Amino acid sequence: MSEKIPSELKYTEEHEWARLQGSSAVVGVTDHAQGSLGDVVYVELPKVGATLTKGKQFGVIESTKAVSELYAPLSGKVLKVNSDLTDNPTDINTDPYGDGWILELELTDTQEVSGLLSAEAYADLLKNA
Amino acid sequence: MARRTPLNEAHRKLGARMVDFAGWDMPVQYSSVIAEHEAVRTAVGLFDVSHMGEIEFNGPGALQTVNRLISNDLARCADGQAVYAGLLNDQGGFVDDIVVYRFSPERILICVNASNRDKDFAWMREHAQGVQPVDRGDDFSQIAVQGPKAPGLVQRLTRVDLSRIGTYRFAEGEVAGVKCIVSRTGYTGEDGFELYCPPDAAEKLWNALLAEGQADGVKPAGLGARDSLRTEMKYALYGNDIDDAHTALEAGLGWIVKLDKPEGFIGKDALVAQKAAGVKRKLVGFELTGSGIPRHGYAIHKDGKPVGEVTSGTMGPSVKKPIGMGYVPTELAAEGSTFDVDIRGRPVPAVVVKTPFLKKS
Repeated sequence: MSEKIPSELKYTEEHEWARLQGSSAVVGVTDHAQGSLGDVVYVELPKVGATLTKGKQFGVIESTKAVSELYAPLSGKVLKVNSDLTDNPTDINTDPYGDGWILELELTDTQEVSGLLSAEAYADLLKNA
Repeated sequence: MARRTPLNEAHRKLGARMVDFAGWDMPVQYSSVIAEHEAVRTAVGLFDVSHMGEIEFNGPGALQTVNRLISNDLARCADGQAVYAGLLNDQGGFVDDIVVYRFSPERILICVNASNRDKDFAWMREHAQGVQPVDRGDDFSQIAVQGPKAPGLVQRLTRVDLSRIGTYRFAEGEVAGVKCIVSRTGYTGEDGFELYCPPDAAEKLWNALLAEGQADGVKPAGLGARDSLRTEMKYALYGNDIDDAHTALEAGLGWIVKLDKPEGFIGKDALVAQKAAGVKRKLVGFELTGSGIPRHGYAIHKDGKPVGEVTSGTMGPSVKKPIGMGYVPTELAAEGSTFDVDIRGRPVPAVVVKTPFLKKS
């Protein structure tokens, strides 16, 4: 099985991705994460305006069998959440880097970005897992 | 090291994700739990249930021996009929829940849960009066063929006239050239069969069903779909919804308890007493009216106080709602009663509903 790891994104060891757009970032979970979770049936998201801290839990993603925690890849204020996931949580399975995006953050500290993994580093992480 | 069924390689070739279940290396899903669940509801799915145990009582008096061990009444069954029953402890709780096959009054086969195989056999040995049990678990593999298209699929592979095998009836015959017990039973709420076959022929039977079923849209289905399918029907899972600490009456399984059968059974006295005193807690089916998914072990609260526990829960793929089961005090067990499920510290409102959750049209 080949898992998609788009080269333009940044990654965490917790299998989240971040798409950087100036001082904001769109966040989701990786193809590998959705594959291990299985069919996503429920996503618990923070409210717009909530403040997230890098590395801290911000939500929950549930598949048919398991409950998994979501960790903030970066610190910031929630600008948008993907409310379509309420009705179509399996978007995370079918399009983890597109329609399955989870939220958008206004970054508190853009310096934190340097602590994220590149696509190559994330691919290595999966290979050695 | 987990035990493997004869279909282990076949599952791996199909890309299954394997998990340890009751000491067995079993497929939890092949592609998608929801897709496998849907295939069973609308077409047909194949399950490897070879991990289940089989225990046989063979010889004169077998029926009487078994009837004293089980809560249901084999004497009311015909030969060729199967019955769902409990093996109960002295307190009326479950040692296991089982399906009992009556071949004749002298030959009874019992299908037991994988997790309870050794325990059940030891318990039967200890309590059987007359005929002694024989562990036949290694002599059978089992494939469940479930879904509206299951009868058509199996019929194309056998000369046995399946229209003559009613629900909870069985026959012996060849399927795809493999000698089987063909049982019209299952754990999904759909029509279908459970095929008991010799382990060395399991792969041949599995492959024949997969190949012949292509036109029906057959899918191999794993433990994940098996769990969501049974939950939508409110079928109990041993270790989740029933166990040695909850009685058959509390579990809402009074229909498999025959208090009036002349020979009695283990656990009867406790159930008679409980019935007279009134059942204090009951296993109910509920839907969440708030958002979230109930899971095994979550607390049930009423007015902020813990009153019970969720035993099973899922997002029902067919009912498309978060559903669950749990034990609550009897005064909260009536349809329409409300309580909260504590989901990660958040009280989520729930309402008791009529079960099965899945309404057949």
